[in-house]
Amino acid sequence: MSVEIQVRVNGQPRQSTVEPRTLLVHYLRDVLGLTGTHVGCETSLCGACTVLLDGRAVKSCTMLAVQADGANITTIEGVSGLNGSNGGLHPVQEGFWEKHGLQCGFCTPGMICASVELLSKNPNPSEAEIRHALHGNLCRCTGYQKIVESVRYAAGKMKARKR
Amino acid sequence: MATATKFIGKPLKRKEDPRLIQGIAHYVDDLVLAGMLHAGFVRSPHAHAVVKSIDSTKAQSAPGVVGVFTAEDFRGQIGIVPCAAQLPDLKGAPRPVLATGRVRFVGEAVAVVVASDRYALRDAMDLVEVDYEPLTPVVDPEKAISKNAPVLHEPSADNVSFRWELEGGDVKRAFKQADKVIRQRILNQRLVPMAMEPRGVLAEYKRGEKTLTVWSSTQIPHLLKTQLAAMLGTPEHSVRVITPEVGGGFGSKLNVYPEEAIVAHLAMRLGHPVKWMESRRENFVCTIHGRDQIADVEAAVSKDGTLLGTKWRIIADLGAYYQLLTPLVPTLTGLMLAGSYKVPAIKIEIIGALTNKMATDAYRGAGRPEATYYVERLMDLIAAELKMDPAEIRRKNFPLPKEFPYTTPTGVAYDSANYQRSLDIALKKSGYAKLRKEQAALRKQGRYLGIGVSTYVEICAMGPSSAMPAGGWESATVRVEPTGKVTILTGASPHGQGQETSFAQMGAEVLGLTPDDVNVVHGDTGAVPYGIGTFGSRGTAVGGTAAYMSLVKLRDKLAKIVGHLTGEDPKNFVFGGGSISSKSSANKSISLGEAIGAAYTAKTLPQGMEPGLEATTFFEPTNFTFPFGAHVCVVEIDAETGGVRLLKYVAVDDCGNVLNPLLVEGQVHGGIVQSVGQAMFEEAVYDEHGQLITGELMDYAIPRADAMPWMETHRTVTPSPVNPLGVKGVGEAGTIGATPAIINAVVDALAPFGVRHVDMPVKRERIWKLMRRKAAPKRAPRAAAKAKPKKKSKSAARRRTSRRAR
Ligand code: FES
Ligand code: FES
Repeated sequence: MSVEIQVRVNGQPRQSTVEPRTLLVHYLRDVLGLTGTHVGCETSLCGACTVLLDGRAVKSCTMLAVQADGANITTIEGVSGLNGSNGGLHPVQEGFWEKHGLQCGFCTPGMICASVELLSKNPNPSEAEIRHALHGNLCRCTGYQKIVESVRYAAGKMKARKR
Repeated sequence: MATATKFIGKPLKRKEDPRLIQGIAHYVDDLVLAGMLHAGFVRSPHAHAVVKSIDSTKAQSAPGVVGVFTAEDFRGQIGIVPCAAQLPDLKGAPRPVLATGRVRFVGEAVAVVVASDRYALRDAMDLVEVDYEPLTPVVDPEKAISKNAPVLHEPSADNVSFRWELEGGDVKRAFKQADKVIRQRILNQRLVPMAMEPRGVLAEYKRGEKTLTVWSSTQIPHLLKTQLAAMLGTPEHSVRVITPEVGGGFGSKLNVYPEEAIVAHLAMRLGHPVKWMESRRENFVCTIHGRDQIADVEAAVSKDGTLLGTKWRIIADLGAYYQLLTPLVPTLTGLMLAGSYKVPAIKIEIIGALTNKMATDAYRGAGRPEATYYVERLMDLIAAELKMDPAEIRRKNFPLPKEFPYTTPTGVAYDSANYQRSLDIALKKSGYAKLRKEQAALRKQGRYLGIGVSTYVEICAMGPSSAMPAGGWESATVRVEPTGKVTILTGASPHGQGQETSFAQMGAEVLGLTPDDVNVVHGDTGAVPYGIGTFGSRGTAVGGTAAYMSLVKLRDKLAKIVGHLTGEDPKNFVFGGGSISSKSSANKSISLGEAIGAAYTAKTLPQGMEPGLEATTFFEPTNFTFPFGAHVCVVEIDAETGGVRLLKYVAVDDCGNVLNPLLVEGQVHGGIVQSVGQAMFEEAVYDEHGQLITGELMDYAIPRADAMPWMETHRTVTPSPVNPLGVKGVGEAGTIGATPAIINAVVDALAPFGVRHVDMPVKRERIWKLMRRKAAPKRAPRAAAKAKPKKKSKSAARRRTSRRAR
């Protein structure tokens, strides 16, 4: 059995036929070839698969593709196309690069998506707020401190651009 | 190394990041080949059982299934899982790639299913029927090596894998002279390395070219290539191993696993590319674990706190089979049991125990975090017993800077250090004296602050070949391309450490270019010279040195060419800004491009010089390096809940010279937080049936973003004499120095409760119970460890009852 879904992914309308049990993360990776979204656990516990669904950070391994029908999805490949990117990298991406917010990079796409959501809701988060917002995203390499610095950098950058 | 540098030592941002932050990098699971099939493993739910039969008929005929294979199908075609460790009288514990007749741990694979897509595969795996006859498992390592325990590997009479003994100095005399003997049992629990990217393998065989290409998430592409060729009986020159991006390793991918050989074999057998991706659950049960030791220590000390001698008996739980280095890791613990102290006499006995669990192997630090943890706990136990300050007792026993190279009674020669200095800085930066006052004041209010100190030394930059089973050198080829761009091919295999950047910094420095002119290639056995890999904090100290030496060879060659062209002494040139300039006269300078052109067109070269600009170095270090440092940790324990909160963390590390301080900081941070994991949260718990009951991220807690206060990191710089860069390595420092600092802080906080030791992880429940063993004192003297345990006070009893009632 297959179901038809219509989604917008990174600004592009997509129409696909999927098995009802297909996870959103597998749809993005295997059907659309957007492999920037990673699978670290498949059980909703690591955050590596985090994408933005209508602006909200969600774990795409916990959702079925059919549940995303009609939604507007941004994956790491499309983050630079979001508002505030000035055509280049998104300020959050810049922050991770500037502040050494990644090592192996496996958690990074999820971290970046979660940080983008945070800054959209709270443009000037405190250290504790950043740590809290990234609570569902595990990183085994960085010890998180430089990720916090990265998000702060992004917040500063976004504020400066708005002015 | 030049003193004024342009790129070396600078915090350049990473060259590898743009592809990673945009999601356009490729890890194994991101690779898709035409006609690719998916493999999945059917694994034992029993820790110890006889496999009576496997019925795969239903699975075979399920939609999308290409084949189901058991050990029978691979008989004589895939060799056993390799172990490189050589120890005297090491017992055999051979592991076939699929269980043959008997399973020895939960998660051991008994069959492999191949299907056209992942979902079909998942369905089919459930249809494989395996009939097991359970046997009694051996879970506790002490019981495992005692008489009458069921034996894992007959015909052996017992489960003792090895006994390793080492003695230096006069231990008997030390204990005879002692004013005090301090004893303690210290546990170092089993951990799961938990790289965020699980393991994964993709293999493709090209029949025409007879080439087998294996993409694996590994730290050791070259060793894997050699081992695969041996296991599969395939000529090594037709095997190529590529590591795409690797999402973390921490030692867990410093190995050769059954799945790698099976997937490669299946690709050849089926004529289709085959991929296997490990699930997180599999990563828990069948990727190597770390630590898992029981140490009993006795220390002889004089009353002024001078260490006279130590005796150690350590039981290491090795699990059911050996992976690549399993039996070797505990011996590294043995080598480092002197810590950063002058101990005149040491006696060590280490026993490897075989149990029905996944193998332990090299997890970040590999044997050294265990040693450091024991030694640093011991120093605090001694301090408490003698009512000395923990910092004081350490200072008293350090070797002095002028005593380096310092050789321990166990025969390890520490290269260079100044332990006093790092401790002094750590105490000063953390405000140690003030913290002690604050602690005393807070105790009066019933608040429990703990201050923990650790001063560590680690054995790194693995290492001279004499001490390494597969060799301890590293290779690098550097090529200056005709257009002036530079390619560094390294035998090391970074997977997050950032050497694409730091090696490029070196290249730019030596040849007077920019890091953008230099490209670092690694992890492709078809492209780079044979190498050893990235582990044991060796990537830069050994691999970086090889690259540096190759760069210098090319610089010298270019200088000779220019000297020949201009008549200037080749020693008189400086490289920079795209030219090679004479220090004495401007008209003896030429552009780098011209010099490179001369090397390639080969018409104006000095007599006898080979054309081209390529140099290869196989660097063999003369010794290990010994990074060191001092960490201070401050915790507060909630008297009501037993919860431990980290308030402050100050680390002073010395990893010698540094290529890129940003990368060093990143390594230190990550290491410290992994230590926090061991100290506070993580524990691979097997129940009495051999089930891993903390086998999911739900039950096995790794530190999250809110686990830590802001870490303060400082560095001292004591260059290593072991390599020309003067670097020591930093990949494991944090994991080694931090665990004892945290636990020492926790025990310090609990001193008013008569606690002298607590085992990891310091979960609330454990601490809460310890605090209730004895009532909170109204006013606690600092060295309360001596106070006799009193009976439960009424108020404590009341508190208990009321809690229960709630
Ligand atoms: S893969 Fe989705 S949370 Fe881990
Ligand atoms: S950078 Fe490796 S897991 Fe976060």
